Amino acid sequence: METKRANKWINALVPVIAVILGLLVGAVIMVISGYNPFEAYGSIFQMVFLTPYYAGETIVTMIPLILSGLSVAFAFRTGLFNIGVEGQLLVGWLASVAFAIHFADWPKLVLIPLCLLVAALAGGLWGLIPGLLKARFYVHEVITTIMMNYIALYSTNAIIRQFLYADGERTPLIPDSASLSSNFLSNITGGSRLHWGILVALLGAVIMWFLLWRTTLGYELRAIGFNPDASRYAGMNVARNIITSFAIAGGFAGVAGAMLGLGTYHYMSINASFTGIGFDGIAVALLGVNTAPGVVIGAALFAALETGEVSMQSLGIPNDLVEIIIALIIFFVASHYMIRWTLDRFKKGGAAR
Amino acid sequence: MSYVIEMRHIRKEFPGIVANDDITLQVKQGEIHALLGENGAGKSTLMNILFGLYQPDAGEIVVKGRPVKITSPNVAGELGIGMVHQHFMLVDKFTVTENIILGAEPRSGGRIDIKTAREKVRALSEQYGLNVDPDKKIRDISVGMQQRVEILKTLYRGADILIFDEPTAVLTPHEIRELIKIMKRLVQEGKSIILITHKLKEIMAVADRCTVIRRGKAIATVNVAETNPTELASMMVGRDVAFTVNEEPYQPKEEVLKIVDLTVIDNRRVKVVDRLNLTVKAGEIVGIAGVDGNGQTELIEAITGLRKAESGKIFLKNIDITNKPVRKIIELGVGHIPEDRHKHGLVLDFSIGDNMVLETYYRPPFARAGIMNHDKVREHARRLIGDYDVRTPSIDTPARALSGGNQQKAIIAREIDRDPDLLIASQPTRGLDIGAIEFIHKRLIEQRKKGKAILLISLELDEIMNLSDRIAVIYNGKIIDMVKPSETNEDELGLLMTGHKRKGGASHGNEAGE
Repeated sequence: METKRANKWINALVPVIAVILGLLVGAVIMVISGYNPFEAYGSIFQMVFLTPYYAGETIVTMIPLILSGLSVAFAFRTGLFNIGVEGQLLVGWLASVAFAIHFADWPKLVLIPLCLLVAALAGGLWGLIPGLLKARFYVHEVITTIMMNYIALYSTNAIIRQFLYADGERTPLIPDSASLSSNFLSNITGGSRLHWGILVALLGAVIMWFLLWRTTLGYELRAIGFNPDASRYAGMNVARNIITSFAIAGGFAGVAGAMLGLGTYHYMSINASFTGIGFDGIAVALLGVNTAPGVVIGAALFAALETGEVSMQSLGIPNDLVEIIIALIIFFVASHYMIRWTLDRFKKGGAAR
Repeated sequence: MSYVIEMRHIRKEFPGIVANDDITLQVKQGEIHALLGENGAGKSTLMNILFGLYQPDAGEIVVKGRPVKITSPNVAGELGIGMVHQHFMLVDKFTVTENIILGAEPRSGGRIDIKTAREKVRALSEQYGLNVDPDKKIRDISVGMQQRVEILKTLYRGADILIFDEPTAVLTPHEIRELIKIMKRLVQEGKSIILITHKLKEIMAVADRCTVIRRGKAIATVNVAETNPTELASMMVGRDVAFTVNEEPYQPKEEVLKIVDLTVIDNRRVKVVDRLNLTVKAGEIVGIAGVDGNGQTELIEAITGLRKAESGKIFLKNIDITNKPVRKIIELGVGHIPEDRHKHGLVLDFSIGDNMVLETYYRPPFARAGIMNHDKVREHARRLIGDYDVRTPSIDTPARALSGGNQQKAIIAREIDRDPDLLIASQPTRGLDIGAIEFIHKRLIEQRKKGKAILLISLELDEIMNLSDRIAVIYNGKIIDMVKPSETNEDELGLLMTGHKRKGGASHGNEAGE
C-alpha cells in the first residue's frame, strides 16, 4: 500500500517537474538571447488568466487537443501507437461539416449529436483500417497510421474541391442548427470563439475514463496493453481488441475534427498541410501519462503556451521560442526516467538521514 | 587454513529490508562451496557484492589473503572472480570463440586476432574436458553446451574462483551429470567454486561444504559429508519439511482428456507433435517426462486452443475441443498453470486483485452487461489470497512486486478456484523454494483426490516421480512409453527420454497400443 501510494505520487510528480524544467531551461535560453523571462512568462500568465478574450481562445485551442490527446492515450493503453490522429481528425472534420450542410434543416438538438456521431464514426473507420492491418497481417501501426494521414489530407482536400467548394479555398459554412458556438460564451470571454465543444471534450475525458476503468472492454484493453501473451492465454481475443481500440481512438480523433468544423471555424478549409493537432496530441498524452484527467491538464498547458505566443511576440520575443519551450517540456517528459532516477535518489538520501 | 575468499560480517540493506545481515562466508582453495537458501534469502545479494555489482554497507572482503574493495565486475575479474550466470549472456549469431572474446578481443595490428583466440579456447576446452567446438554458432548448440561456453568465458579471462548461479535450472538430467563432472574437473585443476542453489540433491552430489542462508543470515556452514538432505532442508526453511508424495490410493474414473493422433506444427513449420495419443482420467495425475523441446509446449498449446492442431482430435469429457477458441475451452473446464508465469500467467502491471479474474472478469458476479463490479472482484481476490496463502501487502499491489512463489500461488489459486475438470500444470514449481513447492504439490494432490484430472509437465524428474500415477514419456513429439513410478527409476526414465526403448520393447503401457 505504502509503495503503491508513493509510486502514484511520483507518477503525478514527474510531468509537473518536466514542465518546470522546461520552463526553467526556456528561461535560461531567453536570458542568453537577451530577453527577460519574468516579463515573458508574466505576460503569458496575464494573457491567459486575466484577459477574457485570450482565456476563451485558450480554451478553444484546448478543446480539440483534449480529444486528440485522449485518442493517443486510449490507444496507448492497449499498447498501440496512434500516430494517425491527424488523419482521423481530418476525416471526422469533413464528415461533420458535410453532414451538417446536407441536413441543414434538421433541428439543432438532433443535428449536433448526429454530426458528432458521424464524425466519430468517420474517425473510427479511419482508425479501424490500421487496426485491421495490424491485427490480421501484423503491419506495424506506426507506418500505416502515418500513411493514412497523408491519404486523409489529400482525399479530404480533393473531396472539398470536387463536392463542397466555396470561395476562400474551403467548404460552405455549416448551418446555425449545427453550430456549437454560443453568444453567451462569446460575450463572457470578450468576443472569443469559445463554444460548447468544451463540454464535449470533457465528456470525452469522462467516457475514456469510464471505458478503461469501469467496463470489461477496458479491462481487456488494459490487460492486452500490458501483456498480450497472458491475455491470449486467459482467453481474450487480442486481434479483435486491437481493432476495437483503434476504432475507439479514431472516434475520439474524429470528434476532435468535429470541434473544428462545428465550433471553431464553422467550415473546413482545404489544408495545405497537417493541422498539427494530431501530433500535439501525442505530446499531450505523454504529459498526461495516458490518464483522462492528465490529458485535460496537459491540453490546457499546451493551449496556454500556444496562446502565449501572441503575447511573447508583442514583447518582441520570437514565437520560435515558445516552440522551443514546448519542445523542451516534451523532451523532459520523455526523459521521465531521468527525473524518476533523481527523485529516487532524493528519497533514498532522505531515508538514510 | 588458507581461504581463497573470505567475506566477513557482510551487511547490505535495501529500503525496508536487510538482505544480508552479518554474513560470513569462507571458501577454501580448491573446494566446491555451496550457498544454499530459499529464493529471497539473500544469496544473490551476497554474490552480487562479491562480483562488484553492489557495495556492502558493512563488513570486509578478503581475496587470497588480501583485503580488497570490489567496486565493479571488472575489479572482480582482475581478482580472478568469474560468474557463470543463470541466464546466459551470449550473442546467438556469433560463434563460440567470438562470444568468448567479446569485450576482451585480442588484437594484432588493429584487427582481432581470432586465430590465436580460437586456439586458446580449444586448449582451455580440452584442459577442462568441456568439449566445446570453438567454431559453432551459439544458436546451433545445446543449452548445456551454451553453459559450457559461459564457463569457458570466465576461464578465458583468467578466473580461478567461479561462481555458478543456479546452474542446473535449465539442464536435463544428463546435462546435469555432465556439469557435475566438469565442476569436479575444474576443482582438480586448482579452481575454487561457489555454487548457488536451492537443490539439495546437487549439493549432496558435488559440494564439499555448504553455507546455509536464511532471511539474510548465515545459519551454518557444514561439511556435506556429515549432513543429509533433510537436515539441510530444515536449516534452509527453518522448520521440518515434509517431502510431498502422492500416497492416496489410485482409483481412476472416467476419461476426462482424450487425445487421438494429434499432430501439431511449430512456428518453423516443423512437426513437433506427431500423431500423439494420450488419455487422462478423473482422479489421476499423468506426468509428462521429456527433455525440453520434445513437443511438450506445443502439446499443451494445442489442448488449450493456443495453437492450431494440424490433424487429430482432442476430446474433453467426450466433447470435441480441437481448435476451439481459448475462452471456449476454458469455459468447458480446463485450467492451465502456464510454464512461463511472467509472460503467460500474469499481467505483471495489474494489481494482484485484477489478476485473479483474468479469465472470468466478464462473467457475473464480476461484470454485468459489460460493466465491471470492482467490489466483487476485490472480494473474490481477498478470499483467494486468504485461502491460498498468497503473501501480498494488499490486493492492490502490482503482481510484479510479489515473490515468484507468491505469484505462482496466485495463479494456482485462480486456476483451481474455477474448479476445472482438467488441470494442466506446466512446470508448476520451477524456480520456487521448498516451502512453495510443498504447498503447490499438496494442492495438486488435493485436486486429484477431488476427482479431477491433472496433466503435469515438468523437467524435474523428482516431481514427476513423486506426484504422478502414470508417467508418459515424450520424445520427438510422440508418447513413446507409459510407465508407473513404482516400476521405474530416474535412470530408466532418463534413457527413455532420450529415445531409448525399454528392454523387452514398448509392448505394454504405450498409449498408442491401448
